[in-house]
Amino acid sequence: MAMPAVYSYLGVDGASPPQRLPVEMNARSIVTSRGPLFRRLVDRRTILASFGFAGAAATGLLAKHEARAETALDKAAPASAAAPASHAPTAQFEEIFGKIVGNGTPIEGRMVLELPEDAENGSIVPYKISIESPMTEEDHIARVHLLSTQNPQASVATFHFTPLSGKAAVSGRMRLAKTQDVVAVALTSSNSLLIARTKVSVGIGGCGTE
Amino acid sequence: MAPSKPRLKFPEQAQAGEVIEIKALITHVMETGNRKDSEGHPIPRNIIHTFTAHYDGALVFKADLGSGISANPYLSFFLKVPGPGELMVTWADDEGGETIERYPLNVV
Repeated sequence: MAMPAVYSYLGVDGASPPQRLPVEMNARSIVTSRGPLFRRLVDRRTILASFGFAGAAATGLLAKHEARAETALDKAAPASAAAPASHAPTAQFEEIFGKIVGNGTPIEGRMVLELPEDAENGSIVPYKISIESPMTEEDHIARVHLLSTQNPQASVATFHFTPLSGKAAVSGRMRLAKTQDVVAVALTSSNSLLIARTKVSVGIGGCGTE
Repeated sequence: MAPSKPRLKFPEQAQAGEVIEIKALITHVMETGNRKDSEGHPIPRNIIHTFTAHYDGALVFKADLGSGISANPYLSFFLKVPGPGELMVTWADDEGGETIERYPLNVV
């Protein structure tokens, strides 16, 4: 993005105007119209505000973009932002999922992953996982990974079962940052993989960052 | 971990060989590490990262928890009662706190 270049120029009095990008040219023309003394006194925010006021298309956009980045540091860009919201799983999810599954092909249908279709409050979303299994020493469910495709941390929990569990089932409450698919991957004692996936619509995100 | 009495719910009596549901609840902030305080400093993560359940020393169920688990974590799991014995459950958090509880099971 061109912003750092604009800043370094604005931050140095009497620097030679950059020649290359039309955006930078635009910024320069507005600042210099205020006079060199003014330029020294105003802070960055004022300059940004004046950009917006000037209403020049390019600088206006830049100012708005920067203002948002500053006031909402870690908040996600609103859905109405120029780039459409992505529903692709996070890179972290892909990495963890890849490690769990490896070269295997998870089987769908045997594991049940229950979550509400609509979760008003993303900080308390009940989940329930259950898998039909004899749970004997020879044939039982060893682990279940509960994963989020959109949370800041993809790995929500890993559950370990033993024949003493009697039943491969667990339930609890999880956090969901936004509307997303929740994925569970189970590993049986004979190293076969099971998968289940459920989409949850989230009203208010529950991870403190969104 | 701030001292808090966990709550465990399971049938008052069970038969050997029966599969019973155990519900465990504990009070804990489960701070994700993603949030910032009013001055913009990150609040360090403090979650219960491990829950275990043993019956007479043998592992029944274990959960490795992440920051995607809600505050005051609740877990429901199952135990196939092998006979009379004692259920031991533990919760361990990022600050080094550990809560250990023991419950004798009334097996008829």
